[in-house]
Amino acid sequence: MSDVIISVENLGKKYRITHQAQQRSSYKSLREIASNGAKNLLRTAMGFARRQHGPDESQFRSSKEDFWALRDVSFDVKRGEALGIVGRNGAGKSTLLKILSRITEPSGGRVALRGRVASLLEVGTGFHPELTGRENIFLNGAIMGMTKTEIRCKFDEIVAFAEVEKFLDTPVKRYSSGMYVRLAFSVAAHLEPEILIVDEVLAVGDVQFQNKCLGKMQDVASKDGRTVLFVSHNIPAVLRLCGLACWLDKGHMLQTGTAHEIIASYLRSATSSSHEWTRADSKARTKPCITQIGLANFSRGSSESFTTADALRVSLTVQSPVVLSGCQIAIRVTTADGSAVFTTTSSDLSLDLTTLEEGTTDCEVVIPGNFLSSGSYSLICAILIPGGELLDVVADKLRFDLHSGLNHATYFGDGRQGLITPLIEWTITQKSCGVASESQ
Amino acid sequence: MCVLGLLDYLNHMNELIIEPGRAEKNYWRDLWRYRELFYFLSWRDILVRYKQTVIGIAWAVVRPFLTMIIFTIIFSRIAKLHSPGSIPYALLVMGGMLPWQFISSSLTASSESLIGNEKLISKVYFPRLIIPASSVITSFVDFVITLGIVALMMAWYRFPPDWHLLALPLFVALAFASAIGIGLWFCALNVEFRDFRYLIPFVVQFGLYISPVGFSTNVVPAKWRLLYALNPVVGIIDGFRWSLLRGESPLWLPSLATSIVITSLFCFSGLWYFRKTERTFSDFI
Repeated sequence: MSDVIISVENLGKKYRITHQAQQRSSYKSLREIASNGAKNLLRTAMGFARRQHGPDESQFRSSKEDFWALRDVSFDVKRGEALGIVGRNGAGKSTLLKILSRITEPSGGRVALRGRVASLLEVGTGFHPELTGRENIFLNGAIMGMTKTEIRCKFDEIVAFAEVEKFLDTPVKRYSSGMYVRLAFSVAAHLEPEILIVDEVLAVGDVQFQNKCLGKMQDVASKDGRTVLFVSHNIPAVLRLCGLACWLDKGHMLQTGTAHEIIASYLRSATSSSHEWTRADSKARTKPCITQIGLANFSRGSSESFTTADALRVSLTVQSPVVLSGCQIAIRVTTADGSAVFTTTSSDLSLDLTTLEEGTTDCEVVIPGNFLSSGSYSLICAILIPGGELLDVVADKLRFDLHSGLNHATYFGDGRQGLITPLIEWTITQKSCGVASESQ
Repeated sequence: MCVLGLLDYLNHMNELIIEPGRAEKNYWRDLWRYRELFYFLSWRDILVRYKQTVIGIAWAVVRPFLTMIIFTIIFSRIAKLHSPGSIPYALLVMGGMLPWQFISSSLTASSESLIGNEKLISKVYFPRLIIPASSVITSFVDFVITLGIVALMMAWYRFPPDWHLLALPLFVALAFASAIGIGLWFCALNVEFRDFRYLIPFVVQFGLYISPVGFSTNVVPAKWRLLYALNPVVGIIDGFRWSLLRGESPLWLPSLATSIVITSLFCFSGLWYFRKTERTFSDFI
């Protein structure tokens, strides 16, 4: 069956935010209401008196603003599909899920859900620290919408999955945080709804358990044609679980399509680094100096964002008032916390020192792809005379982020850890029945 | 074993529409479907209540008993008030304490209940009515224990109840209704206006003084009786005493009628206000 099971039309959610200083707390108090009421009265009276002199009410107006957390969002999900929702913080992902799970009401639009919904917006909602593991399984199950018989049917499975058999009769406040999370997820994982809504719950637990959870969710999604909506910042997890994805940005739906397409364009956009620097006072310089640094994607020329697979081109412009011989131009890449990753100089391969002519000189360096891990980096560029003077240093003017892109290294979600991510050729030799066959 | 679960699941195959301002048509059916949650939440509160205390559930006995002794000394020995008929003064006090403690504790518990379950409200859907209602149930457990004390005291004083006792369920229901009615107002208001958090202990304390807990309604001058009856607790306490104490404590019908009218007013308006604001709880809490 491929019928539409979730259909969302022009969904919107509006929040009213107040900019007045005295309403900084999100709780309203009667005093505020009363004092605002009095002020309004006064304002009306004054406005009335003022109208004879001219309209001047603007300074009294309280600044209330409508904020649309979601606007005109429409999509359909068919039975058995898994839809991933990506977007930055504050894009409206959680609001969307809250509306779909009936926690909050939309301000506009319409949703039709055909089937029993279970939403997992947080792991361990309603867990009570004083109750034992056993008691919490029943309580949490009931909160998630399971009946007592259902919970009893699945009890052993839940306990086995969470690996907490020994501590079933211990209050969960004495659990380690890992045990707590395992138990909580385990209850949620055994829900059997038609539609499962999951919000960023895999961000907990260790890597091993995260993988186990993801596997369990994959089972849920692929078996019995259940429908899954999944929000996560964990891109490999979205790729593994979902065939389709949609991209929310500032409350609007930017794109829907296959997960691969959407995530590729989402990653491409996710950049806010400065990739160019020009010295402001280069004319006034009397010593040799660096006047310009630029950073570009060497592999994909037009792209503004860099993935770990991309080679990066660093271009330097150097200016010198005199002919300068016996110098080196150096580039150092440092991590966000300032530790050096590597340094390269203009005499890396030649063993000769560089001579700068009078005027300007351009240099270009390509940092290979599949070399640095994903993360934030910054560049330090310098002109120096080895063993002598440091003529010019430009530090931390250029920063860039490397994203784990959609290359074969990240495709399997195997979390390549380490400072560098080289791709290294493997030789796999299989020995069987005395016949050796070689493949790469 | 899982057949019931399957049936339940088949029952809810039909379409669910979410739209702004749409009064949920199947609210009461949902309430029925979530009855187990209702039971689990009450069960949780009861379990948790006396965890990590040394004397545990005995607290539910000690508190009303000590209050009863103090009230008896103050009102009977110091203020020299008398109980109607042959009722021992301690029993008169207990007859008033029983409904008063139930109403006041369920009022306090239900008004804090929504805020105390903030996490649940912002992360899971269920008919919100379950939360204040289950907190009233928790207080009802204490009520039952206190009722046991009353029975023991009756045996001690050799003052057994008679056929009047048959009317007790009616007055228990009335106490329930007034606790829920006022509790609904307070808990819904408390979500948006945290002032009520400070107002409620005051209301409860004040209520103790204006309700006939430590004395009989007889001591109130006749011309003020009707005005006094505007406090719905007056009619409820009188009813409890009348039915528990063999009718020797008089039941004035106009007072009971006022109490019923005011209680149902609270109940319906409280339900109306709660349902009206319920949909925005998760935005405000």
